[in-house]
Amino acid sequence: MSTAPAQAAPAVILTRALGKVYSAGSEAEVIALKSVDVCINRGEFVAIMGPSGSGKSTLMNLVGCLDTPTSGSYHCDGVDVATLDAEALATLRRDKIGFVFQGFNLLPRMSALENVAMPMGYANVPREARMRRAREAMAAVGLQSREGHLPSELSGGQQQRVAIARALVNQPPLLLADEPTGALDSKTGEEILALFKRLRDDGHTVVLITHDAEVAAHCDRVLVMKDGELHEGTLQEGLHPPQAAHA
Amino acid sequence: MNLLEVLRTAIFALRGNWMRSALTSLGVIIGIAAVIVMVSVGQGTQAEIDKLVSGLGSQRLDISPGAGRGPGGGGARMNSSSFFTLTQDDAEAIRNEVQGVQYVAGALRGNTQVVLAENNASTNWQGVQPEFFDINRWEIAEGNVFDAQDYSSADKVVILGDSVRRTLFGEDGGVGQTIRLGRVPFTVVGTLAAKGQGGFGQDQDDVVMVPLETGRRRLLGSMGLPPGAMMQIALTVTDPKDLDYVQGEVEALLRQRHKIQPGAEDDFNVRNISQIVATRTATTNLMSKLLGAVAGICLVIGGIGIMNIMLVSVTERIREIGLRMAVGAGPRDIRRQFLAEAMLISLIGGVIGIAIGIGGALLVGKFSELPVQLDGQVVGLAAAFAIATGLFFGYYPARKASLLDPIEALRQQ
Repeated sequence: MSTAPAQAAPAVILTRALGKVYSAGSEAEVIALKSVDVCINRGEFVAIMGPSGSGKSTLMNLVGCLDTPTSGSYHCDGVDVATLDAEALATLRRDKIGFVFQGFNLLPRMSALENVAMPMGYANVPREARMRRAREAMAAVGLQSREGHLPSELSGGQQQRVAIARALVNQPPLLLADEPTGALDSKTGEEILALFKRLRDDGHTVVLITHDAEVAAHCDRVLVMKDGELHEGTLQEGLHPPQAAHA
Repeated sequence: MNLLEVLRTAIFALRGNWMRSALTSLGVIIGIAAVIVMVSVGQGTQAEIDKLVSGLGSQRLDISPGAGRGPGGGGARMNSSSFFTLTQDDAEAIRNEVQGVQYVAGALRGNTQVVLAENNASTNWQGVQPEFFDINRWEIAEGNVFDAQDYSSADKVVILGDSVRRTLFGEDGGVGQTIRLGRVPFTVVGTLAAKGQGGFGQDQDDVVMVPLETGRRRLLGSMGLPPGAMMQIALTVTDPKDLDYVQGEVEALLRQRHKIQPGAEDDFNVRNISQIVATRTATTNLMSKLLGAVAGICLVIGGIGIMNIMLVSVTERIREIGLRMAVGAGPRDIRRQFLAEAMLISLIGGVIGIAIGIGGALLVGKFSELPVQLDGQVVGLAAAFAIATGLFFGYYPARKASLLDPIEALRQQ
């Protein structure tokens, strides 16, 4: 699993002049994203940083296939999302993207295991296989002993691990985490970040959206959003050689 | 998501708020139960009418004295000789002069006390002509009908209806015995086969028959009827298709015999059973429609309850919807899930409603005057209504949920 990505494998995220304008043409027009070009390959652990209002949420929504761009193109794991309708976007999210949210977003009445198994219901995985894979995912985040617990019976860190297990369970090429440590104390946050690093080592692609430089410092590569533009980060000099992500 | 999975998810969601789900179902329960009770009563009433038609026959005309019941009829006619306008001769004339007539019989009637030793009961007597039994489809159970001698010499002989026979003699016999009608002793020559309840709910077997002349001389008393007067003439036609023609001929003949000037009102009234049935059917149809409307309104209210609660549910679970969409649920999956919940509420309501409706219909049949007819069709109809209610009122909230923007939905707190 932890082999380097083959040359032939497409970039997980590849955008060309990606732009997003809200309320185009009206007085309330907002240019949230200006011509973003970025390429993220398999096995990368990338932070997208930026203050609120910088457009990083917009970028996350686009990259997460929750929204479609108004200009430019986005290929998610080789699939052009521009032409997809809501139904096809949902299928793409199911197969390509695992979301991790700041607020965990677990369904409160379902056990941890059922929460993890839930996305596979939409992939028509048979119930048996679903439960088996959910257990494997729970084991992968180190929570095999908490399968039957309700989210309310788990600590914040445990809940976020459950959420990560849920994101992993359909084996998507991309893990997209929006402020995953935002609701956790720093020690628990460190644990979650360590988990992401381990997942990276296992060959997962992890993109982490954060406003916190300390969190971003854990990543191999930092991209900085500012006023709707994306720049290669300078926080982590020495960690890796600068790449030509920004044309 | 396959259907089993959708159903499982829906059950899980409904159980989470089971009180609310149960109360929402209640609307459907009441609606469906109402549909079943109402339709059963409507069908029962229609069945009664059908029984009335087959009991009286569709080839029959009834002529009664006095003006018609139409507009202008029923005015003050105090004088009995101007009221009892039909005579035995009229019946004879109809028999001899109108083509297509099968049977004709006139009748007199009244109330009397039947007495056997210490048993006595109040009943109706009918003084009849021979063909009366054929016209009214009376069958002799024991003994004989009256013979020619009985009719011509006004013999004191009587044929008992089944209810009267039971009152006087219990289970067995009575033929050959002597009873009194009022103060007059009569010999029982026959008994009638039971007919049961009539189309208007009366006991048809609570009757005794005597020959026409016997009734006139022995039982009528001093009502001051003109000689040969009849209270009713009934006839049947050989071919039901001739009914209208015969009715016209009879009316023309009687007008001529009664010397009624053109333009003047008839002093008799000819009715055929189809007119009676038409009136009854119209009444029943109106009642059925009203009952149906009540049931329909119940169901609509139940449906609105479902829609209301589903809309609340969509709003409450907006984050869940957003999350499910983020992990790969398409609009179709979300729509299915909420539609399944609405359908489940209405189906459970439907099943319970059907059970209560059947129980209710049986109770109505048992403890009220209303006729009730329950059958599989009614249950099928109710089930179809339950499904339709869930679909119709569940679709809009489900669609609303499916059209949510996952970004907006996830942002909700």
